[in-house]
Amino acid sequence: MDQKKYWQSLGELKNSEAYEKSLQHEFAEELPVEQGDESLLDAKAPRRDFLKYLGFSTAAAMAAASCEIPVKKAIPYLNKPDTLVPGIADFYASTYVQDDQVVPVVVKVRDGRPIKIEGNELSSITKGGTSPRVQASVLSIYDTARLRFPLQATGEGFKEVTTFEAFDKLVGEAMAGIGSAPVVLLTSTVTSRTTRKVIGEFLAKYPGSRHVEYDALSYSGMLLANEASFGKRSIPMYHFDNAKVIVSLDADFLGTWVAPVTFARQYSVGRKVNPEKPEMSKHIQFESRLSLTGANADDRFIHRPSETASVALNLLSLVGGGVSAPAVADARLKKGLEMAATMLKQAGGNAVVVSGSNDVNVQLLVNAINQTIGAYGKTINWGATIETAKGSDKDMVQLVSDMNAGAVGALLVHGVNPAYDYFDAKKFAEGLKKVKVSVSFNDKEDETTQLCKFVIPDHNFLESWGDAEPVSGHVSFIQPTIAPLFKTRAFQTSLLKWSGNNTEYAEYMKQYWLTALGSQEAFDKALQDGVLETAATVSAGNYNGAAVSAAATLASAAKKGGKVELVVYQKNSIGSGKDANNPWLQELPDPITKATWDNYAVISYAMAKEMGIVLDDLYEVEVTKPVINIKVNGKEMKLPILAIPGMHPNVIAIAVGYGRTEKVGKAGANVGTNVFPLVSFNGSTFDYAVASVEVEKTKELYKVAYTQTHNQYEGRTEVVKEFNINDFRKNTNVVAEVKEKLAEDYAKESGDYRVEGTLYPDFPYPGVKWGMSIDLNTCIGCGACSVACTVENNVAVVGKSEVLRMHEMHWLRIDRYFATYRDDSGNDDLDNLNVVFMPMLCQHCDNAPCENVCPVNATNHSSEGINQMAYNRCIGTRYCANNCPYKVRRFNWADYMGADSFKDNQREVLDDSVMMMNEDLTRMVLNPDVTVRTRGVIEKCSFCVQRLQDGKLKAKKENRPLETGHEGKWDVRTACQQACPTNAIVFGNVNDKNSAISKVRNEEQKKLVYHALDQLHALPSVSYLAKIRNTDRPVGVTEDAHHAPAPAAAGAHKAEEKVSTGH
Amino acid sequence: MRHHRSIFTSLFVGFALCFSVVFSATGYAQDGKAIFQQKCAACHAINKNLTGPALAGVEDRWPAKADLYSWIRNSAALIKAGHPRAVAVYNEYNKIQMPAFPELKDADIDAILTYINTPVPGKTEGSSAPVAGAKETAGDDNSLIFGILTLILAVIALILLQVNSNLKRLSDDREGQAGEEAVPFYKNKAYIALLAIVLFLVGGYYTFQGASGLGRSKNYQPEQPIYYSHTVHAGINQISCLYCHNGAMQGKHANIPSVNVCMNCHMGINEYAKGPKLYREDGTEVDGTAEIQKLYDYAGWDPAKKVYTGNGKPIEWIRIHNLPDHVYFNHAQHVTVGKQNCQTCHGEIQKMGEVYQFSDLSMGWCINCHRESKVQFTDNKFYSIYEKFHEDLKNKKIDSVTVEKIGGTECMKCHY
Repeated sequence: MDQKKYWQSLGELKNSEAYEKSLQHEFAEELPVEQGDESLLDAKAPRRDFLKYLGFSTAAAMAAASCEIPVKKAIPYLNKPDTLVPGIADFYASTYVQDDQVVPVVVKVRDGRPIKIEGNELSSITKGGTSPRVQASVLSIYDTARLRFPLQATGEGFKEVTTFEAFDKLVGEAMAGIGSAPVVLLTSTVTSRTTRKVIGEFLAKYPGSRHVEYDALSYSGMLLANEASFGKRSIPMYHFDNAKVIVSLDADFLGTWVAPVTFARQYSVGRKVNPEKPEMSKHIQFESRLSLTGANADDRFIHRPSETASVALNLLSLVGGGVSAPAVADARLKKGLEMAATMLKQAGGNAVVVSGSNDVNVQLLVNAINQTIGAYGKTINWGATIETAKGSDKDMVQLVSDMNAGAVGALLVHGVNPAYDYFDAKKFAEGLKKVKVSVSFNDKEDETTQLCKFVIPDHNFLESWGDAEPVSGHVSFIQPTIAPLFKTRAFQTSLLKWSGNNTEYAEYMKQYWLTALGSQEAFDKALQDGVLETAATVSAGNYNGAAVSAAATLASAAKKGGKVELVVYQKNSIGSGKDANNPWLQELPDPITKATWDNYAVISYAMAKEMGIVLDDLYEVEVTKPVINIKVNGKEMKLPILAIPGMHPNVIAIAVGYGRTEKVGKAGANVGTNVFPLVSFNGSTFDYAVASVEVEKTKELYKVAYTQTHNQYEGRTEVVKEFNINDFRKNTNVVAEVKEKLAEDYAKESGDYRVEGTLYPDFPYPGVKWGMSIDLNTCIGCGACSVACTVENNVAVVGKSEVLRMHEMHWLRIDRYFATYRDDSGNDDLDNLNVVFMPMLCQHCDNAPCENVCPVNATNHSSEGINQMAYNRCIGTRYCANNCPYKVRRFNWADYMGADSFKDNQREVLDDSVMMMNEDLTRMVLNPDVTVRTRGVIEKCSFCVQRLQDGKLKAKKENRPLETGHEGKWDVRTACQQACPTNAIVFGNVNDKNSAISKVRNEEQKKLVYHALDQLHALPSVSYLAKIRNTDRPVGVTEDAHHAPAPAAAGAHKAEEKVSTGH
Repeated sequence: MRHHRSIFTSLFVGFALCFSVVFSATGYAQDGKAIFQQKCAACHAINKNLTGPALAGVEDRWPAKADLYSWIRNSAALIKAGHPRAVAVYNEYNKIQMPAFPELKDADIDAILTYINTPVPGKTEGSSAPVAGAKETAGDDNSLIFGILTLILAVIALILLQVNSNLKRLSDDREGQAGEEAVPFYKNKAYIALLAIVLFLVGGYYTFQGASGLGRSKNYQPEQPIYYSHTVHAGINQISCLYCHNGAMQGKHANIPSVNVCMNCHMGINEYAKGPKLYREDGTEVDGTAEIQKLYDYAGWDPAKKVYTGNGKPIEWIRIHNLPDHVYFNHAQHVTVGKQNCQTCHGEIQKMGEVYQFSDLSMGWCINCHRESKVQFTDNKFYSIYEKFHEDLKNKKIDSVTVEKIGGTECMKCHY
């Protein structure tokens, strides 16, 4: 009989003695105190030294403290703007634009500094959702590596050009010297109407010039296929919220594909479960690596990258597309395809198939599938198109060959970095040398900018005016939140200047929209709202299937892959690498591998075994990983391996965006390896898969900092509750029964587990009582909440060296559980798995184990249910962290935030990336309402108490009750809640019967509510909604499985929950 | 004070009180006074040119009363129509347009004119207000008396002990007993021990006091770049605190007013003439007019031409009230919600010539107040969620709810 088990590491899966032993210590390292038999004087820290240090530090402290209090100045404005009150934050609507990600946002500006970015809820496409990259982008303006003035190449390096006029003159003279050779403007996809207009004017000024749009991660295949099928070189708007069946062919639409923020919100609509009538969408994923989207799928099937076309073709054939398909060898894959086809056909058009392939033939087949199942007009709408990816791979390749042929007179580069992310970067660099005039508008001295002759950095988006149109008819505006910090100029202003128009772009854009909107009032309102939307019509488009049969022929003739195949993918945090210098993103653990600060070759356990890598209990605990050498077409690169389940046995997956130049900043420099050279061009599009690579294990070792084994529950994996939808339908009380059982065992008299289950008196919460609910069904594990929490609460970046020592500081982490089956002979089926994400933060237990053990009462409970932490009282015993069953308390092992009186005294101790966060410029991002913690104190989630206090004050000032979600009104939202693209987190006052949290807990989702480790009677204020999988496979911990290994720590409790799925 | 606030919050009222508080016999003029203060006083005085001309004798300057009515209701139209007087006034006053007051009826304007023409009594209300005194020193006296008494008693005790031991020695001598060698009192171990204990206690007390006082700066009174007297502004002229420190109602910081707020009034008030003489803490006299000139230098205002030169620079005031970085304090919570008077924490600021820190701003001081202060519990609907307390109040189980009761002494109310 199959037994299912939830595990975070192999050690936990196998649960051996060695692993148990490794768990005994809350913190990985011993204290650096010398012990032994020799006398104290011989010890490394003898008594005399101790006394010396004691004397010195006392004297130093006295000296530091008893000096005169410094005179502080208070300097008010000379002429204060009416709308600005120092100490009160203003919010400005703007738009995040980076590569293909365009997200309407609201920027929080405190005393003139942008300090936090939130989603714009007025946008109908994202509905206020964000992603980790959007959340972290506020740091980009304070990036110390930004260029601070225009530059001119001098042969060796650059020299400053002191004025814009001088720069314009230089460029003007240079441009005059190119004669009739064409000028090429190379940009990322332009979504702005006004910028397009500016570019039009510029191109008109230089006859023969052209504009090339280049996307580092391309959707060319899809654009070409859509052009053939619908006559439009665009991506239609998808509606996952209308889809009852979602089939994804290697499209990571929740993480990186096209518009993940929009799609995640739509996806969550179908994933929310009404426990009274359990219904949800069915999500089937076919992929070759384990992606974030695949991890969320109900059923998941793996195949080789070279089989992608065959999978699409088979699916088309099975849904009745009238094509013949080659046989599928893998029995499980075949079954999966049949199941997917059956469900797609039954869905009556309420289904959608998406593909992440950049191959035009595959996309043509997918279009044919969607047409056959009737998805167009229902789940795919041609009435509105997504305009964030327009780049043409062919044009780019043509440009590079033109450059090499000397046929380009001037190249103007904005927002792209082909010298790094173009597949043949070397050729591009060589070509660039042959271009007479090269101008870069990029904000840093990146790989491409280094090669240019002139550099005039553009503003950061938080300093800019602009507009974007991510979806046709849905304009989102960009407005400056701060005056430019450096001598930078809008890229569009430069173009206007060089085309003989002296208008500033800000004025140009304003005039355009004033004309378009008709009045100043309308423009002001549009800016204030940030978005301007016209209702989209629904259109199925005019499908033309002419190209399908040719595509089918080509697909069935696709070449076979070699023994080992390779795919490059993008992480949802780093993307194409433009954000590589953002320490928040670098330190955010990857959703699947939980690794930080690196890229690596992700391989299957099978492949690891084949390489002779021992996958024992300590595989994840040990951070040192073997390095492999990968050879492709004469290119070689060395990368450490990371083995995870769920990978195809013959596939290696490597993330792009790493291996940046040192010039992009201290955090991004020398992190990982650039794998863009592994991409190839197949004649019409870029190919992100390599059909055959040679792999060889080297003797080298490399440390990968990953966090999955850092916070362990000592075998109490019942923190996760997951059920098969069929089983849940049979018994919708299955979650509630756990609570009933506890009451039965521990509250025999009153039946009230809360009151009777403890010796302590029950404290009534007289007014507000905070509570949070996290829906495991809609949580996709993206990590936006984690970054939002970091930004909001001044959480420290600790750097790779400290993550390796388990010192990461994230207040909110996302635990990733693999769930696999063990057959009767004890073998684990590691490739057929479920993945569950569980955001874990301080549970604010009403009966908190941490509070009782603090010797100085630095952590205690508030009358609003907050587990408080008084940093100035904490003496750093760490007893609380030891006693926390959820492992959410973080200790400041070093002075990460530079709070110490002595400047730079951590420079040798901590990574450069940490020191970078403490520079004056970077520190401008700190939230002034939150204390910066110093070395030696514990910290943890505070439920964003500064926001709670602020929200309460707002209500008090307006003389009305606090609103937490009643009729959509919110005074208070935590940073994680605001950031969540799927609304998985609900927070509010549980004493208010009308609040959103009360509704979720007591009405809407009552039967799914559980508390983590309820049997400990810690009484958490955070509740979870059990995960339901829409699948026929058995899901959840079986009774037998749970009893079999009987982990020592968990077994002691009588109330150990026992859940049976009854299969 | 609460009463004051509701009256004084408006910009105009506060402004008007700077210079023209007049008792009038006629009810008619009383209405006129109210309207004048509400509508006119921001830019006009009766006997002095401010942003606009002095209003005394305004009727004589206008050829027809009807013109004056229409000028007040809509000056722009009159200028546009080319009325000679209108154009002349407009040009004379830097082409600053007077706002339109279409809501004023003829009767209202007549009331204002009546008020303007009412003779001003000799003395204004403000100047009769008590002048700021020195800081109160009561309370220190008693401890001094106790100290002296203790010292006297200690000396007496010492003498008596000495006498006692001498007598004992004498009686021993008389009885022929061989007494011990006389030990002088400074070598007496008992005395030395006693002295050591006393020194330890006194020293310890002061060390503790000193240590806990580190970083506190009660009575801190730095010299500011401009001698700004709260006595004159908040005391004599009774300008509401919140007129200048309006941030206190809205958010965290009360905010020192920006220079343009000062200039709202000081565009017109360019001399300090009528008030009592002003003295610094060191006794030197202050020339109020010269201090106003300093403000003009900062603001970049040319008082002769009545124009800004554009050479202004912000004033670098020295900050007096400083809280440590790990303390969160919000003025709005205390002023707007808690309805506390400014004086509760800042002392009798209206009597301070130069401001000093009145409270020590220590945590004990905060907590004490939170223990004692009562919440505006029934007035503010926010507290309706505290059903239990409302019931107890109704049933007279409790008579009030203190800040402490709703969590006002918990760590994360101020430290996060």
